[in-house]
Amino acid sequence: MEFAFTDEQEMIRESADSFLQDVSTSEAVRAAMATDQGFDPELWDRLCQEMYWQALHIPEEYGGLGLGYVELAILFEEMGRRLFCSPFFSTVAMGVNALLVAGNEEQKQQWLPQIAEGSLTATLGLASSQQNRENRSWDASSVQATARKEGDGYVLSGSWHYVPDGHTAGLLILAAREEGSKEEDGIRLFAVSPDSEGVQRYWTPTMDQTRKQAKVEIENLFVSADCRLGGEGTSDWPALQQVLQLASIAIAAEQVGGARQVMDLTIDYTRERVQFGRTIASFQAIKHRAADMMLQVECAKSAVYYAACVADEVLRNESDSAVKEELPEAAALAKAYCSDAFFHCAAESIQLHGGVGFTWEYDPHLYFKRAKSTETFLGDAGLHRERIASLLLDDSKDNVTSGQVER
Amino acid sequence: MKISFSPEDEQFRKEVATWLKENLTGEFEQLRFRGGPGDEHMFPEERKKWEEHMAKAGWLCVGWPEEHGGRGLSINQQVIFNEEYARAGGPGHMGHIGEGLAGPTIIAFGTEEQKQRFLPGIANGTEYWCQGYSEPSAGSDLANVKTKAALNESTGQWEISGQKVWTSLAHESDWCFVIARTEPGSKGHKGLSFLLVPMDQPGIEVRPIEQLTGTSEFNEVFFDNAVTDASNIVGKPGDGWKIAMALLGFERGVSTLGQQMQFLNEMDEIIRIAKKNGAAEDPAIRQRIADAWVGLRIMRYNALRMLSGSQDGSLQKEAMIYKLHWATWHANLGKLAMDVLGPESELLDEGPYELTRLQSMYLFTRSDTIYGGSNEIQRNIIAERALEMPKEPRQAK
Repeated sequence: MEFAFTDEQEMIRESADSFLQDVSTSEAVRAAMATDQGFDPELWDRLCQEMYWQALHIPEEYGGLGLGYVELAILFEEMGRRLFCSPFFSTVAMGVNALLVAGNEEQKQQWLPQIAEGSLTATLGLASSQQNRENRSWDASSVQATARKEGDGYVLSGSWHYVPDGHTAGLLILAAREEGSKEEDGIRLFAVSPDSEGVQRYWTPTMDQTRKQAKVEIENLFVSADCRLGGEGTSDWPALQQVLQLASIAIAAEQVGGARQVMDLTIDYTRERVQFGRTIASFQAIKHRAADMMLQVECAKSAVYYAACVADEVLRNESDSAVKEELPEAAALAKAYCSDAFFHCAAESIQLHGGVGFTWEYDPHLYFKRAKSTETFLGDAGLHRERIASLLLDDSKDNVTSGQVER
Repeated sequence: MKISFSPEDEQFRKEVATWLKENLTGEFEQLRFRGGPGDEHMFPEERKKWEEHMAKAGWLCVGWPEEHGGRGLSINQQVIFNEEYARAGGPGHMGHIGEGLAGPTIIAFGTEEQKQRFLPGIANGTEYWCQGYSEPSAGSDLANVKTKAALNESTGQWEISGQKVWTSLAHESDWCFVIARTEPGSKGHKGLSFLLVPMDQPGIEVRPIEQLTGTSEFNEVFFDNAVTDASNIVGKPGDGWKIAMALLGFERGVSTLGQQMQFLNEMDEIIRIAKKNGAAEDPAIRQRIADAWVGLRIMRYNALRMLSGSQDGSLQKEAMIYKLHWATWHANLGKLAMDVLGPESELLDEGPYELTRLQSMYLFTRSDTIYGGSNEIQRNIIAERALEMPKEPRQAK
């Protein structure tokens, strides 16, 4: 046990910080968010060719750098800090993780090297119910698109909502269910080229303009069996669930970065703003709120770093690791805590900036909007707390508690 | 960054668990899950005996260097020891102030003679300590200490007069470390000294404070020309504040993990009750139980970060938030416990005022956010020291 970053990990953070500080300024973010595609393609190309971040946790045999999830979490944190606009989250947290967890050897060989060399972006579509109630659950019940078996392939139909970068991604990984299946049964994952006939996708403008979403619609598209990810079991839900847990940890890391930065810029502002002849940072009413922000930021870091360590052991798949079993709890815990912490810090930022915090010109609103979009995507704090409650309280899954107090 | 323990450490875990299982039996069985904050009044003599028993097998002061009578365990093994101790229901240490505060202070700042005189008693579980810091007019403003001490050249002794308050376990202690003003007319943190004072003497009177729980573990301690040998000063006259502040760093050591395991035991009982009485089906209660669980796990992760960081005693950011986090969390847990129990939460174990463990916890947690630096003081420390915001104005002079 060594719950501290190694020197190499600190170096990754430093290089990410200096790169992003340079390329993801407030001006750059605002320019990217005003576009439909949501990022600067030249900058993305530079990132892929100079930094190789897109290849970071892809194993070396598929052309990647073969680093771990802790290193990846560091990148997500630093990107979240700078509100970096790019297809990185969709490609790496959704696409690469789906291929790593659910793809077979041929599928990994086919797509991962392309992603690693920067020539392919990817994303994942899940929520396909017409009901908000099911889509907000981010579980198997939200998968309502259908996959009808035909010959040695499947015919896909349905519409996928809230697909990150779905209108620009070069590869769509889509969840659908076999006709007549229910709940966690019959879930299937498919890798679909967006250029296939019968695939339509629309950019859906969003309140948080730094993170683009799309709706994907498919009517009767035949996909061959070799495009189906996942194993021979009756459902790919366990694999998809694990992908979503890994993605939740990535998004929580972004939230930590966002919370950190919005806290820092707010405290800097209070140190400059003078009222009643003193900086407002000298008022205890301000200091105590700043202290509460820091408490949440530090706790959020701990939650994410721990979850990243768990994810690392899951992806390395070492047989003697007991820590692997902690993934469902660690992911839910990180997503629940970091969602609340980011929202809290972003909301405090607007309040402590006063009037200028309400303007388009100052940056707090960018963080406030990112906080909400990252909170609702993959499920808000309440949803993830309920998952933890279920692990703790529902008898069939009672595996968490240990000691016992005697009265 | 890695969270798994090595096979050697896991082997050590088994060794600890086995020893506790075999020894926390017989006369010691009744001590399981007893003692600790809110329950310090229970079985004091028996718990001291247990600590002597542990010491004989080398399980007391496990983090101290071997040369000072400790076991010299690595940080990871200390983590494991504390976890297993609490998991087994090991009773709260009567000697935690000696082991965690007085001992490390003497190791860091004491003379060779002081080390030889005082460390064995702590490591053997035969001498017990209390902490003489707070006074009626020196609570959050700790530097406003008024207790005076002067060296009487003819007797070769310090003579101490004044009053300390909120002194945990003073009535069970052999020694007290006292912050006293040794420079007449000095103010604030200047002119203070760190004295080691024997409790069993005519110049000291201990009066228990009856708490809102109806029990007493805090005391008032009156010094009326109490004495201690001239040699019983740690550091030089005037070093008292520096040493007192360094000691705050020791307070956030590995023992926090043991504290967390006690919290885990409390959570387990709340979960058990919720499942039994149906509260576990109430969506609002489910959210709160999950939230408490999240907070407790994060407390563990914070502690692991703290322990994996630099060990030079300097306070890292993680350490500065630690007290505010656990105290606030525990107070919320107390309320949650009562809300899970519902109307049953009112019923006492027996009259006239025998509280159940959870009632006692609920009431006692109201002190968590006050003692050891109130939440408000913690927020000042975080804002001023970690975030480097402007300091609160101090009174001139």
